[in-house]
Amino acid sequence: MMTIEKSLYEGEQICLASIDHENDPQIESGWTHDAEYIRLLGPEPVRPLSPAQIKKKYEAIEKEIEEEKNSFYFTLRMRSDDRLIGFARLNWIEWNHGSGHIELGIGSPQDRGQGYGSEALKLLLNFAFDELNLHRLSASVPEYNTTALHLFQKAGFQVEVRRRQALQRDGRRWDMLHLGLLRQEWSP
Amino acid sequence: MNAILLTGSRVRLACQDAQETSLAFARWQRDTQYVRLLSTDPAFPWSAEKIKSWMVEEQEKPLQDEFFFNIRTIPDDLLIGFVGLHEFSWAHGDAWVAIGIGERQYWGKGYGTEAMRLALQFAFMELNLWRVSLGVYNNNTRAIRSYQKAGFQIEGLQRSAGRRAGQVWDICFMGILRREWEKSLE
Repeated sequence: MMTIEKSLYEGEQICLASIDHENDPQIESGWTHDAEYIRLLGPEPVRPLSPAQIKKKYEAIEKEIEEEKNSFYFTLRMRSDDRLIGFARLNWIEWNHGSGHIELGIGSPQDRGQGYGSEALKLLLNFAFDELNLHRLSASVPEYNTTALHLFQKAGFQVEVRRRQALQRDGRRWDMLHLGLLRQEWSP
Repeated sequence: MNAILLTGSRVRLACQDAQETSLAFARWQRDTQYVRLLSTDPAFPWSAEKIKSWMVEEQEKPLQDEFFFNIRTIPDDLLIGFVGLHEFSWAHGDAWVAIGIGERQYWGKGYGTEAMRLALQFAFMELNLWRVSLGVYNNNTRAIRSYQKAGFQIEGLQRSAGRRAGQVWDICFMGILRREWEKSLE
């Protein structure tokens, strides 16, 4: 049972927080040099970005949130020491249809497999359904990212669409999976 | 070499003159059935001037961003709709296609199907894509039949992704692979 006293941002170990323009660019620049991380996220080609480029990206994200009013972006941080571990994003919100799309990433390999992604997803779903009152969420997962697929499925998402051979990586084709979760299927 | 890349028997793909096209788009979007089937955006009668400014802005972007064409009839050269490839994922050879026939008297007569076939020919023979994707409201059976005729397969349904006129609609995702398109020509 949700109450107004319960924080929207705090999980057990991690929390949803704002961007720290001072310190985050250096850390995220490191993540963009990790080809595995970028490839797990989606179809974008790997491209190492400098801290200055990352800072520009943050500015563009915040400008879009402010002007378009159809997206939200959170950094993921450890509650213990506020250390940046990833991001969670809610975008392509179509208010007339009550729908939105989510993405999340845990940047450093050492922080993966610790349950942070599943905590982040729980917080993001709660934000989308309980604060924004959305009706459905979708997510896209490359076929080869089985960890993400299981994470979303555990939270109740169903594979709705399989765009055959939409990706080419390491000399072979892979499907792009599109998942969906309806509000009534969500168990907070 | 295929010299008639953009030309079919009853329609051809042509440039989008911003002046002519914005006037046509402004007229078509007064048909709310057309716009509500065309996209998930709320229906809204944008001015021709505003549409023109978006179009000019798009046309000034780097050419590889998107390829939009007007659909014109042969031989009388009437502007009846548009078709375009966009949201390219060049590294993977994937793009999305959008099509609309704004002139109602050309609905259900195969003009859209022929224009889609030309767009696919352009996608596979000129842009050398691997696959083309599209999304369509699942209750738009006329459109889905046309896409199937052009060779698309249904790849899944986004459940309850659209709400129109008090109803909840699924969005149908369709796709065609290059080899399926090549096979359809045999």
